[in-house]
Amino acid sequence: MKIIVCAKQVPDTNEVKIDPVKGTLIRDGVPSILNPDDANALEAALEIKDKYPDTTVTIVSMGPPQANYMLRECLAMGADDAYLLSSRAFGGADTCATSTTIAAGIRKIGKYDIIFAGRQAIDGDTAQVGPQTAQRLGIPSVTYVQKIREIKKGSVVVERALEDGYEVIEVKTPCLLTAIKELNEPRYMTVGQIEEAYKKPIATWSEVDVNLAPEDCGLKASPTQVFKSFTPPPKGKGEMLQGTVPEMAAALIAKLTEKHVIK
Amino acid sequence: MAVKVIEEKCKGCQKCVKACPFDAITMQEKIADIGPACTNCGTCVDVCPFGAIEKLEEGKKGVDVTQYHDVWVFAEQREGKLMGVSVELMGEGKKLANEIGCKLCAILCGENVDNLVDELFEYGADKVYYANDPELKTYNTDPYTKVVYKAIVKYKPEVVLLGATHVGRDLGPCLAVHCGTGLTADCTKLDIDPTDKKLMQTRPAFGGNLMATILCPNHRPQMSTVRPGVMEKPKREAGKKGELIKLNVEFKEGDIRAKVLEVVKGLTEKVSLTDAKVIVSGGAGLGNPEGFKLIKQLADRLGGVVGSSRAAVDAGWIDHSHQVGQTGTTVKPELYIACGISGAIQHLAGMQTSKTIVAINKNENAPIFEVADYGIVGDLYKVIPAILDALG
Amino acid sequence: MIFSEKHELVRKLARDFAEKELTKDILDQIEETGEYPKELLEKLGKAGFFGIKTPLKYGGQGSDMLSYVLVMEELARASAVTTIWVSAPNSLGGGPLMLAGTPEQLEKYLTPVATGEKIMAFGLTEPNAGSDAGGTTSTAVRDGDYWILNGRKTFITTAPVADWCIIYAKTDRTQKGSRGISAFIMDMKLPGVSVGKSEHKMGIIGCPTSDIIMEDVRVHKDDMLGEEGKGFSNAMKTLDIGRIGVASMSIGVAQGALDESIRYAKERKQFGRRLADFQAISFMIADMATKLQAAKELVYRAAQLKDTNSPEAGTAASMAKYYATETCNEIAAKAVQIHGGYGYIREYKVERIYRDCRVFTIFEGTSQVQQMVIAGNLLK
Repeated sequence: MKIIVCAKQVPDTNEVKIDPVKGTLIRDGVPSILNPDDANALEAALEIKDKYPDTTVTIVSMGPPQANYMLRECLAMGADDAYLLSSRAFGGADTCATSTTIAAGIRKIGKYDIIFAGRQAIDGDTAQVGPQTAQRLGIPSVTYVQKIREIKKGSVVVERALEDGYEVIEVKTPCLLTAIKELNEPRYMTVGQIEEAYKKPIATWSEVDVNLAPEDCGLKASPTQVFKSFTPPPKGKGEMLQGTVPEMAAALIAKLTEKHVIK
Repeated sequence: MAVKVIEEKCKGCQKCVKACPFDAITMQEKIADIGPACTNCGTCVDVCPFGAIEKLEEGKKGVDVTQYHDVWVFAEQREGKLMGVSVELMGEGKKLANEIGCKLCAILCGENVDNLVDELFEYGADKVYYANDPELKTYNTDPYTKVVYKAIVKYKPEVVLLGATHVGRDLGPCLAVHCGTGLTADCTKLDIDPTDKKLMQTRPAFGGNLMATILCPNHRPQMSTVRPGVMEKPKREAGKKGELIKLNVEFKEGDIRAKVLEVVKGLTEKVSLTDAKVIVSGGAGLGNPEGFKLIKQLADRLGGVVGSSRAAVDAGWIDHSHQVGQTGTTVKPELYIACGISGAIQHLAGMQTSKTIVAINKNENAPIFEVADYGIVGDLYKVIPAILDALG
Repeated sequence: MIFSEKHELVRKLARDFAEKELTKDILDQIEETGEYPKELLEKLGKAGFFGIKTPLKYGGQGSDMLSYVLVMEELARASAVTTIWVSAPNSLGGGPLMLAGTPEQLEKYLTPVATGEKIMAFGLTEPNAGSDAGGTTSTAVRDGDYWILNGRKTFITTAPVADWCIIYAKTDRTQKGSRGISAFIMDMKLPGVSVGKSEHKMGIIGCPTSDIIMEDVRVHKDDMLGEEGKGFSNAMKTLDIGRIGVASMSIGVAQGALDESIRYAKERKQFGRRLADFQAISFMIADMATKLQAAKELVYRAAQLKDTNSPEAGTAASMAKYYATETCNEIAAKAVQIHGGYGYIREYKVERIYRDCRVFTIFEGTSQVQQMVIAGNLLK
């Protein structure tokens, strides 16, 4: 079987802090990591490879050259090869343009049975690139996959998580599945595989390599634009509620409701 | 639009490098260089003291936006019931439609859910587009995408709103690709620009550390998925009517490539402290183990779980598995309510990164108030019942 | 030191592993029961931590000393006892084999040790031969195809659970001191082998240490390791590697103590101010961080010299062990001081750190032995 995994290098948003005075993001020392859901996507592919050893697992990513580090990490977890889509022309892409580029990269890689992607990246949280890539490739997709039940000839049976349960779906292959955290526990790299990962080449492809015109990539191909971005107002000093007990209780509920902390 | 450095004006001060939320700017030979990670958010334009960074309009491919009218809400139903977020979107959609000066429409897919058509009218729909077919009984990506896409092409809405549910966030991206338009995910605020009537979509990014307002200027429809629980539900006006448009539905061989074999409803499981969205904790101030009954009542009412301080565990009032803090569990819920907890350092270490913290304590000097967003000085045996009353 | 991306990735692996697996709950449980969970050992083995330098063909990872140091450092930052389990197969257990094993011996013994299937102990120290390893009195006498071993080894790490043990014994009693000592691979299940009761140690709880008693144990001649009479040099070269191992544990444990101190100093308030706002405390932390960095550089350098087979590697290893272990103890003591009363109770990590690191200046060559080695090389 041939499996492709889409992965992204993201800043670890848990480590991002807000400068309390300036209200800006503090990014110094924020590490770049393999997007957590993508690690689940890769693990799903590697589990299939464990079961069917003739499986190959190929990673594809779009990002700056530094993303190579993340790709080495994927190789050190057990992937066979990796490709990086990197070019100035890809800059400023929204999900629409990103999915065009990734789909072009996948077409260039060639035949595949299953594409795995993470449900969403923690820097953007859009959850759109996965299903959009599938649409561009003309293949069916299932999002929020929490379990792979069975791999059949010509189809896979998966569980798709819902807010209050799940559904069991049989989907024809080739298909794209997006992984959520519940799908599995990503494995560790091994020291030996890290050694091996640095002996493998990682090809970097630009828009020319994947047969895209510059106007089909990046900002120029993005229908959405960031009009402005801002940090949410910093958490102010605590507020001591005043009045009688019922008044304070009512004020508290009103404030929590207003902030959508409770419904 | 694109962000560009005017090289002659750049003094190499690096303010933009530090300000860029996406690490997209580097210094190349003492001049700022905007790299591919740029999302054109414009933060650098604002911080540059020399006016050396500008935002440029670029000629872009797009559509004739004047052909598109009306605000559409995807009326998501499961098992014949409208999802709460869809009702919320009817309220929000009406607000937007009024500001633009157009109609509010709902698009409904399902099998024999005619009763929902009336419900949508009562929630304010001027028109309801209704697709009735056995293949649409439960959500399935392929048939839903096909039906809604065809309706969009035919009737040309200028705004399409979907709930950011597991369904809306699956359908939205597929529709956007087919329509060749943009989609903004998981919005928490929608506005209409009063000058050009465009939709301004605001959403959190970077794990909530950054808010971004997104536009879709040259493509239609403008599409958003909207986070459930954020928008106000509208009042239901019994007997209100509107125009019903039945959509023609047909599927060919190969149109539907996935089959839903089974839908399994999960039971609400016991939530652990680390996963809990709401935690109500009790401490030494409870005075006795019975106090946790009141704590549990409040936790249950808020759909949360019970936590405790070390003092309450040491007193033997509650099991150690409930303990929050340095020597217990570290938690980061949306809402943390500390009742009768003074706020010893080792307790604070385990909960001070909670999104919203409420403290209830008799002692107004208790350290817990220093980390609390809202503090109530008083007897928790009076305050908690009052809160339960206020919650209704 | 600036690391290659590859070594950064090795560090990341070990750090991720420590963060996820070496949780407070697990570590408290180890401390309470004295047992190291079997599943955790299996996970350590799966990540390749038991055979970092071991060649691929013997089930190892084919990496280098610097990788070993980084893994040890990051694991020790969370848990000292974990690094004892990791160092055993990499250093004292696997080391003698890699130095002197025949291809058959490597196949048979090194492979299962490097993958974690089997545990190999290192039996050098005796009740009357500690720093003075040349004073070994255990004996091995030839009897046909067998050697008959007698004697007592003491403070042998992992002895109660080991499958095999490298035993250093006198094969030529006519030779004095360190000469006439040979190494053997002894199966712990052979008749005549017994182990003493596990020692009640101050720290490093979760890895048993005991005596090994040998009474007419018949070890096959094929299980002699290296040439007859060359055992002492095998032991000393092994300890060279071991020194870097203990040094890397020390910088990790010290980093853990510093992490805890910084966190506590920022959280704890006294006299209406954070501890961090008192100069006495903040300067203490500045000293801790500076000395720790100096120790780290010594350890990384020693590893690099070892990887490039430099003749200076031995002295560098001794310097690294000497300085890193002493500094670690100093930092741990300050960390307890900063924590005040809380630092003296078990619920706080620094209490364990303080006990764990005490042995670092003692085992695998005391600080005084390291000083002897360093001075000896300078003054010869």
